[in-house]
Amino acid sequence: MDAAAAKSPLRLDLAVIPAILLLGFFAGIIEVAKSPDPRMVIQAWTFIACIAATAIFYLVTYGDGLPQDERSGYANNVVKAGVIAAMFWGIAGMAIGLAAALQLSFPNLFYFPDYGFTNFGRIRPLHTSAVIFAFGGNVLIATSFYVVQRTTRARLFGGSLPWFVFWGYNTFIVLAGTGYLLGITQGREYAEPEWYSDLWLTLVWVCYLLTFLGTLWKRKESHIYVANWFYLAFIVTIAMLHIVNHLGVPVTPFSSKSVSLFSGVQDALVQWWYGHNAVGFFLTAGFLGIMYYFIPKRAQRPIYSYRLSIVHFWTLIFIYIWAGPHHLLYTALPEWAQTLGMTFSVILWMPSWGGMINGLMTLSGAWDKLRTDPVLRMLAVSVAFYGMSTFEGPVMSVNVVNALSHYTNWTIGHVHSGSLGWVGYVSFGAIYCLVPWLWKKERLYSNALVEWHFWISTLGIVLYITSMWVAGIMQGLMWRAYNDFGFLEYSFVESVQAMHPYYIIRAIGGALYLGGTVIMAYNLWKTATGAVPAVSAVPVTPAPALAAEPAQ
Amino acid sequence: MKHEIFERNSMLLLIGILVVVAIGGMVEIAPLFWINGTIEKVGGVRPYTPLELEGRNIYIREGCYLCHSQMIRSLRDEVERYGHYSLAAESMYDHPFQWGSERTGPDLARIGGKYSDEWQFAHLTDPRAVVPESIMPPYRFLAETPLDYRDIQDQLRANRTVGVPYSDADIANAAKDLEAQADVNNDGVDALKKRYSNAQAHDFGGKKITEADALVAYLQVLGTMVDFKTYQADAPENRR
Repeated sequence: MDAAAAKSPLRLDLAVIPAILLLGFFAGIIEVAKSPDPRMVIQAWTFIACIAATAIFYLVTYGDGLPQDERSGYANNVVKAGVIAAMFWGIAGMAIGLAAALQLSFPNLFYFPDYGFTNFGRIRPLHTSAVIFAFGGNVLIATSFYVVQRTTRARLFGGSLPWFVFWGYNTFIVLAGTGYLLGITQGREYAEPEWYSDLWLTLVWVCYLLTFLGTLWKRKESHIYVANWFYLAFIVTIAMLHIVNHLGVPVTPFSSKSVSLFSGVQDALVQWWYGHNAVGFFLTAGFLGIMYYFIPKRAQRPIYSYRLSIVHFWTLIFIYIWAGPHHLLYTALPEWAQTLGMTFSVILWMPSWGGMINGLMTLSGAWDKLRTDPVLRMLAVSVAFYGMSTFEGPVMSVNVVNALSHYTNWTIGHVHSGSLGWVGYVSFGAIYCLVPWLWKKERLYSNALVEWHFWISTLGIVLYITSMWVAGIMQGLMWRAYNDFGFLEYSFVESVQAMHPYYIIRAIGGALYLGGTVIMAYNLWKTATGAVPAVSAVPVTPAPALAAEPAQ
Repeated sequence: MKHEIFERNSMLLLIGILVVVAIGGMVEIAPLFWINGTIEKVGGVRPYTPLELEGRNIYIREGCYLCHSQMIRSLRDEVERYGHYSLAAESMYDHPFQWGSERTGPDLARIGGKYSDEWQFAHLTDPRAVVPESIMPPYRFLAETPLDYRDIQDQLRANRTVGVPYSDADIANAAKDLEAQADVNNDGVDALKKRYSNAQAHDFGGKKITEADALVAYLQVLGTMVDFKTYQADAPENRR
């Protein structure tokens, strides 16, 4: 009976998902046949190829009945896939970032007049999307799938739905990335993919929300663990931001171009409401979910304060949303909106540091492990970087500081202290934890290589952010410098020229960081495939306990 | 109230999150659509001509906004370097806006008319031939690629759908207007100028229109539309 059920799985997800793939396939074929736009045709073929890969995966996995992974307690393979994809995209995205940094350092060597698609303007969104959405997104999907199962003691909801989320999301990444090289972009920072990619992502994201929420519905723990609050806030808010910021009208259904619904000043605020909260919810709330699971788990200590977790959560998500206008100070945005944005940005310092304290103090009683466990050290340092950049952010949001820092490389330095230090390190720490757990190995292949990774990339971060601080402040000061006669002291291009050494230092920093990640990938590869002793069974450990506090 | 209620009910937690994250946007963004003073009252700002619109598409396609802002802030040095601070009205027909966030290169909000067409072509083709210290990518291929404007009417129509006031005549004559603007000797120049006030016809050599032509037409109109002689910065409706 059981064997028969396993042989012919009559399940809703195995009917709906193939139907979606089939519809996607036909949509692709129609675009290929009807579109007069050659770039759209290439995008449609790319989409068809991704759909085909997904379909083949489904056939291979489900063709012979339910796979082993579906009959075990937790869905592990989709988490493994997410980890592998994250490492691949991470290295690709960082390499492209390095290429972009080299272009600004040595324009005569790294620009190719005959290959315009490699120009800075096209590979810059490739870099940002690859590291934020491809690397970061796959880390978030993988860790959220892992964490929500362990903290609810339930298998992922929806049968094969998580697999569709994984394949669908990476299809979006491939479409977006190849689109940038073709010159397909909406021209909105961090929201560059065009209308059809956005529609596809919306569908995938709804499936993601359903998978996550459905798993919460199935939970065998009475309480929803704090990491899941953050993951849920990330998923829900990103859905809201994505939909509103991408409202627009395609030029025709067969065109790769669309025009946005909003224009000018309203569009600017919608975009930075989106843009700042892509930072706030994608790069912060989601990764705080990682912090709240992996740090207590790795340190074997309970979270420092349950009450602080609650305050941190609600104040962070409430206040972050308001901070967008600090990207538009002294612009044509009405002053009341600028003032509101600035005020909330400064207030945002408090919940951010509340979270930092909660994360770091979780190490109470386990500080000695920072010396012996480089993975835990990476996690702890990520929280320290989180604290640093969430202090720097409010400072830069104050209008008089922003008058100097805006439009300069200081912003680039700030972003990278957050992304390399916080997002990168917390992801690396989580992945270093996950790989032995998922591949059922006793330990990592080499702790020494983790040490090398940690120190090389830390050196890279330091070079990166200090060079960009100096460069940014210098730019800002040169632009506003006056000579004795009351004229502007420098022409613009003199400020460009002054950046040269700092751009080179930045590129070296980026190369070191990339080098560290390559070392990591090697270490993980050897862990998963090499001679590291296996553990017979991963013990099912309940969620880390919350610190006991008397009920109010 | 105990927080437990959110920890035990996933849907309550979901609704709680949605309510909390919706407030900021509603208070900050929504009023911009109905407060009258959001966009200044100013003469001269018109929709882009078809050629300028195509140029703008190239500007977006090549990611120019990633290094060049189009927003002069109301700071002394910026006004002296680039010109009058940018008004909200100047980007009211920009779907999407192109204010930018970085100045790896200079602001372009008022680049229109500052350099000749010839300078712009030379600079796009090989930036370092004109400005040796520049780190801008070379865009030689733009001058070698014919402009594909088969869908220009659809472009205008899509813009009209989202609120740009293109008339039926504007849409019907889009291709003609586009060709006229690329050639000062074209018979359609007068009709173009009637439809788009102060539109500047260029002398692009009468050859096939290229992507570089469109981009230069766009760059040359940037920041030139507003009639600052009649703009009253201190009028109550313009004070924000």
